[in-house]
Amino acid sequence: MKTSSFVADNSVVAVSKPLPTKPIRVNAPVKTLSTRKVVKILFGRTGGWWLPLLMLAGWQLVASFQLLPEAYLKNISSPNAVLQAGYELIKSGELWQHLGISALRAFAGLLIGGLFGLGFGLLTSTLPVFRTLLDTTFQMLRNIPHLALIPLVIVWFGIDEAAKVFLVAVGTFFPIYLNTYHGVRNVDKHLVEMAKSYDLTGWALFKEVILPGALPSILVGVRFSLGIMWLTLIVAETISATTGIGYLAMHAREFFQIDIIMFSILVYALLGFLADFIAKKLEFVWLKWHPSYQQGAH
Amino acid sequence: MSTPLSAPLSAPSRTPLKTSAGLALSLTNVVKKFDNREVIKNLDLHIQSGDFIAIVGHSGCGKSTLLRLLAQLETASSGELTAMSIANQAMSPQAWRQSTRLMFQDDRLLPWKTVLENVGLGLKTPDWKAQALKALAEVGLAERADDWPSALSGGQKQRVALARAIIHRPQLLLLDEPLGALDALTRLDMQQLLVKLWQEHRFTVILVTHDVSEAVITADRVILIEQGKIGLDLPILLPHPRNNMTKTAPLEQIVLDKILAVH
Repeated sequence: MKTSSFVADNSVVAVSKPLPTKPIRVNAPVKTLSTRKVVKILFGRTGGWWLPLLMLAGWQLVASFQLLPEAYLKNISSPNAVLQAGYELIKSGELWQHLGISALRAFAGLLIGGLFGLGFGLLTSTLPVFRTLLDTTFQMLRNIPHLALIPLVIVWFGIDEAAKVFLVAVGTFFPIYLNTYHGVRNVDKHLVEMAKSYDLTGWALFKEVILPGALPSILVGVRFSLGIMWLTLIVAETISATTGIGYLAMHAREFFQIDIIMFSILVYALLGFLADFIAKKLEFVWLKWHPSYQQGAH
Repeated sequence: MSTPLSAPLSAPSRTPLKTSAGLALSLTNVVKKFDNREVIKNLDLHIQSGDFIAIVGHSGCGKSTLLRLLAQLETASSGELTAMSIANQAMSPQAWRQSTRLMFQDDRLLPWKTVLENVGLGLKTPDWKAQALKALAEVGLAERADDWPSALSGGQKQRVALARAIIHRPQLLLLDEPLGALDALTRLDMQQLLVKLWQEHRFTVILVTHDVSEAVITADRVILIEQGKIGLDLPILLPHPRNNMTKTAPLEQIVLDKILAVH
């Protein structure tokens, strides 16, 4: 820090006075090092945060200095107003109540859909009987957008918790099912042959060879599902709910509370980020043997 | 080719001991067909307990099929294959399979297990770690026990695969071109390691290779397979280590002449 500020001083001096060129030359290597450091800070591990921060700053500027016509300005809120709204929601405890119920719906749905996806994926990929019996059906069903089921789901389950959990479960089932199936089918046949010649059969073969071999693919399915999980929940909560983040936003719309609507959207973004972060960590722990997950690989 | 090696693996020069822990194999009139195409034609072959056999031949001559028959990965279309235990009794297919270990051209290590866990694969005893470490030490890789296979070189991976095979104290070790993908120098080291382990463990070894010099350097007996039949059966009576080219070269020449005479 000291050296870089010293360099900066010198360069300022060099511009104003023509004489002291020598000290700059002495410090030249330090200067290149510090620029490298700056580049590292800009584009290193935290580099992904610059663009969102810049966009946030732009948003605040537009709102504070009224850089848009009044007709547009009344439809957006400024970041500090959104934060203010968020602070109020946190202080009153309202946010946690809605967030809790939303998270519960999301993860309950993911758990049910994921377990069924994993189970059926393993069944159809390892046992030919189940493959012929079920795979065609699943391939047909997966082409139906699961959100198209909403009218039917409302008829079946009303606007209860079950409706939302069901929709999330259906949405998350297929990515995990397909990737489990694909992962198991693509486990290296040579490894399986080797394991069999080393007396590994049945459960041991599955646990030591097939499941670890399919795991990278299964985790890809989980990450897909996490995205679908939030998407489904948002839609379901927006259409019919009396609690949850989606309800918070829809309720705010009725009172034209733009700041709360925007805050709800931000919460969804954060939740999505958090879920993906957890999935990445899981990959890192479970796939630590994989060359692409070793030492500094993202 | 076989210049004297300063490798630490060089085995003491001695002829195979009489006491053997290997299977004896006997094949009579063995035929193997794939869709009416005879890959193995009326093969008769008798392998003594503790022999080191090298099988050479062109690609597609049936040598790998022969190995897979002996590993019971394939069944013969007709003919008789028997394995005799050390007590000279015919073995059940089950016992035969359990006392046989197979090594492939690719290492086939499980990438999600450490080197040590790979070596201990299929061991169920509580002291498997100690056993696996000992087997790793035998191939000179004890210090890599906790690494992932992806961190090893090709030659090191094959050594781990070799340790994984010998840990089960096999009586028959089947090698399907295990050194084919290695560079020339690593291959020389591995040949010496194979001979060393064979001399220590006294199992029967059958090595399929298309490297004639590798066959002559390592084996007791070189068998040339030509179009599913035995084209040449050559005993190699030189002591180990066979690093004198003037002695191995004439034997290589015999095999090469026979191979080239056909085509």
